[in-house]
Amino acid sequence: MSYLPKPKLHHPTLPKNALGYTRRDYEGAISTLCAGCGHDSISAAIIQACWELDIEPHRVAKLSGIGCSSKTPDYFLGASHGFNSVHGRMPSVLTGANLANRDLIYLGISGDGDSASIGLGQFAHIMRRGVNMTYIVENNGVYGLTKGQFSATSDKGSKAKKGAINTDEAIDLVGLALQLGATFVARSFSGDKAQLVPLIKAALLHKGAAFIDCISPCVAFNNHEGSTKSYDFVREHNEVVNKLDVILGRQPITAEYEPGSVTEVTQHDGSVLRLRKLAPDYDPTDRVAAMNYLQERKAAGEIVTGLLYLDPDPTDLHANMGTVEVPLNRLGDAELCPGSAALARINAALR
Amino acid sequence: MKPTDIRNPDYFHKVVDCQWACPAHTPVPEYIRLIAAGRYTDAYMINWHSNVFPGILGRTCDRPCEPACRRGRVEHEPVAICRLKRVAADNKEDVLARLPPIPKERNGKRIACIGGGPASLTVARDLAPLGYEIHIFDDQPKPGGFIRTQIPRFRLPEEIIDEECGYITERGGVVLHMNRRVESLKAVLAEGYDAVFVGTGAPRGRELEVPGRKEAAANIHIGIDWLASVSFGHVNTIGKRVIVLGGGNTAMDCCRSARRLGGEDVKVVVRSGFEEMKASPWEKEDAMREGIPILNYLVPKEVLHEGGRLTGIVFEKVKAEYDAKGRRSLVPTGEPDVAMECDDILVAIGQENAFPWIERDIGLEFDRWGLPKLDPATLQSTIPNVFFGGDAAFGPKNIIWAVAHGHEAAVSIDLFCRGEDVRNRPPPDVRMGSTKMGIHEWSYDNDVSLDLRYKVPHRELSQSLRDITAEVELGYDRELAYKEAQRCLNCDVQTVFTSSLCIECDACVDICPVDCINFTENGEEEELRKRLKAPAINPTQDLYVADGLKTGRVMVKDEDVCLHCGMCAERCPTGAWDMQKFFLETAKPKARQPACAL
Repeated sequence: MSYLPKPKLHHPTLPKNALGYTRRDYEGAISTLCAGCGHDSISAAIIQACWELDIEPHRVAKLSGIGCSSKTPDYFLGASHGFNSVHGRMPSVLTGANLANRDLIYLGISGDGDSASIGLGQFAHIMRRGVNMTYIVENNGVYGLTKGQFSATSDKGSKAKKGAINTDEAIDLVGLALQLGATFVARSFSGDKAQLVPLIKAALLHKGAAFIDCISPCVAFNNHEGSTKSYDFVREHNEVVNKLDVILGRQPITAEYEPGSVTEVTQHDGSVLRLRKLAPDYDPTDRVAAMNYLQERKAAGEIVTGLLYLDPDPTDLHANMGTVEVPLNRLGDAELCPGSAALARINAALR
Repeated sequence: MKPTDIRNPDYFHKVVDCQWACPAHTPVPEYIRLIAAGRYTDAYMINWHSNVFPGILGRTCDRPCEPACRRGRVEHEPVAICRLKRVAADNKEDVLARLPPIPKERNGKRIACIGGGPASLTVARDLAPLGYEIHIFDDQPKPGGFIRTQIPRFRLPEEIIDEECGYITERGGVVLHMNRRVESLKAVLAEGYDAVFVGTGAPRGRELEVPGRKEAAANIHIGIDWLASVSFGHVNTIGKRVIVLGGGNTAMDCCRSARRLGGEDVKVVVRSGFEEMKASPWEKEDAMREGIPILNYLVPKEVLHEGGRLTGIVFEKVKAEYDAKGRRSLVPTGEPDVAMECDDILVAIGQENAFPWIERDIGLEFDRWGLPKLDPATLQSTIPNVFFGGDAAFGPKNIIWAVAHGHEAAVSIDLFCRGEDVRNRPPPDVRMGSTKMGIHEWSYDNDVSLDLRYKVPHRELSQSLRDITAEVELGYDRELAYKEAQRCLNCDVQTVFTSSLCIECDACVDICPVDCINFTENGEEEELRKRLKAPAINPTQDLYVADGLKTGRVMVKDEDVCLHCGMCAERCPTGAWDMQKFFLETAKPKARQPACAL
């Protein structure tokens, strides 16, 4: 709730990335969210991830719906494209934008209300279509903008700030995404940037539907005793299955690990995702096992975080539709409108 | 690392770099804020309590505060602290009513101050309001010492000296013995003063010892003596071609004075390199702006003369060589010597202490450099009721050090006269209080100005060279002063962290514009400094460490480039961060209400 913009002055040794930008160049306007909001930490993680990946800000399109979470694209990547769409409709706007210009990096930002309530249908379909994007749900399990009602991701039995107990079953967006065919599925916590930043980087590099469910405590309405999305509760019940390092081609691999403790997955673009196993038998490339494991740990009252599922060789919407390599928005009249002779041929083929 | 003890006043004092660097520990950000608020008289009084001569120092101080200023580490140049001080002095209203009253009733103690410079005047100012009777002895007609005799009028108008000395000497309690040279300390001691303070400065200019010096003596002048003669109007011309030897501030005053008294071709010649010169960078700039070249790496070898008249001087060319320990020596380059013609030479190659008037058999011991043996904290000599300060104590320094010594000596003298242990120093007056007014409202202006340092307007060169009394610097006007004051980062508004309130949400880490806040595993300082979000590469700046967090981590804040913008406290949902104003005033004799309460 700062009125003043963040001072432009920065640390004298602030490093620059390959493009000559500092991390501060990836910031946006000052946040107007409540002080201490987990969403601001996620914004900071996105800024860090984009800076580390040397992403040109104008190559990113950030899209969102409605809600606290959906305000946040204003607070990062101030030089990127942005579209603050209708409540729950970010997935269709993102799909359309992706169809028109497949060259941009698509970053969808949503919340538990936007994706699990009003936008649940849109969420389901964008996942099953395999749109090449990074979809982050900033999940605080509460309707913060309307002062603290349970949301669709509030756990059954958890307590509201005013004391009411939630009687409805929670929607598990990670479970849905796995079931609906997302090819990169992760869960993280806004209070653990060491985990979150590599996950966002890997998701941005992933050429398919990448989904991150990021638990993000609402300091104003859901950070109390009895909440299952408070800083304290998540820290106590966080079960991290693996730790991720994203290794780009030019970085030498220096660290050494015990044999068997590390899994390396090479993504389609050549980037290497190195996973240090914390849960010994967890295999993030086995979708069915991942779904089982998640159900099992959830029943034990734990919150599983880390890279939960990865298909290193995904297909996306454009591959499925067989569209041309050139983005549609760059095709000229001649390509888009082949003329009456071509039309006549098509019509003839249908007779 | 151990958690930081923020109750130790030194910790936050050190964060206020300017105040820590000031020998008199002037609360700089406090008076700069008052200037920005247009409260010039209040700003003046903050200064007056700490450094006694705001108008004089606002023009002449060596400004140790400015190289220390945090602003210089986050952008290019420090805040123009010194020139803002002058703004307070220039724009203040009558302050007489605000000066501490001098009691009619004396306390019966008599103190002799030998030398009428800034150190003695400070002692007088601190002690007279407590009822002491101060006797100041000086061989000049007016008080001020080197402030009056050495600093040219184009840098410091005489009325400023009169005014600020007058606040001390003309309000009672102080007896001036002017035009009276003290020839014997023994005799002074015999007069039965309760304490004697020696503030006689470093009055002897170092001599040039090369062949030809004696023969051409009529046109070779010792810089500080020549400046004094100029100051009193005894000298008002000089030859057309003048060479000034030496690289300190006295040399700069000599060359610029010579330029105003008829010197057309004035040069400064120094032994060392240009960079190593002792003169302040701004004084070198001012000299060069007046068309005075500075020639370096030239060592005087021989004075040339003809029929008893100076004709020139020969220099040997040298270069700097450094040994394995980094010590410099100047060695001849072997190139041919350089001869320069000139009509006058001014010698400003250093000053020395001289105590011919102190008998060596009265128990006052000197060290092997001819300086008195003193306790550095109390300034007490080997005769218990004799104290030293200013240049007379530890050799040539500057006005602000003389003032700082004066304060300490006054504390010692007061303790001594009350029969207490002079080593039992009173603590400073320290206050802290929150500046929080609302959710994002603070009682200080936390918006960080991006302006670069503003230049002080100067009188036009042709005009200032015509008149040796025309002040060159015109000072900031109120508008410029406001803008420059806004550059101050308010380093005295401290970031205070309370672990028990912290929920480790990272909001402060994310918002901090200079990446100085970290939540991490504890470690040894050296190792910890390397792995912070922004490496803490400035070992002179402390790390603020707090433990007691739920996750077992520690909060580590690198104080180095903190902007004191309060963003961490604005973004903190629980008030674990607070912005608290830290006010410290060094102990003066007897407790007294500080000028500005929190």
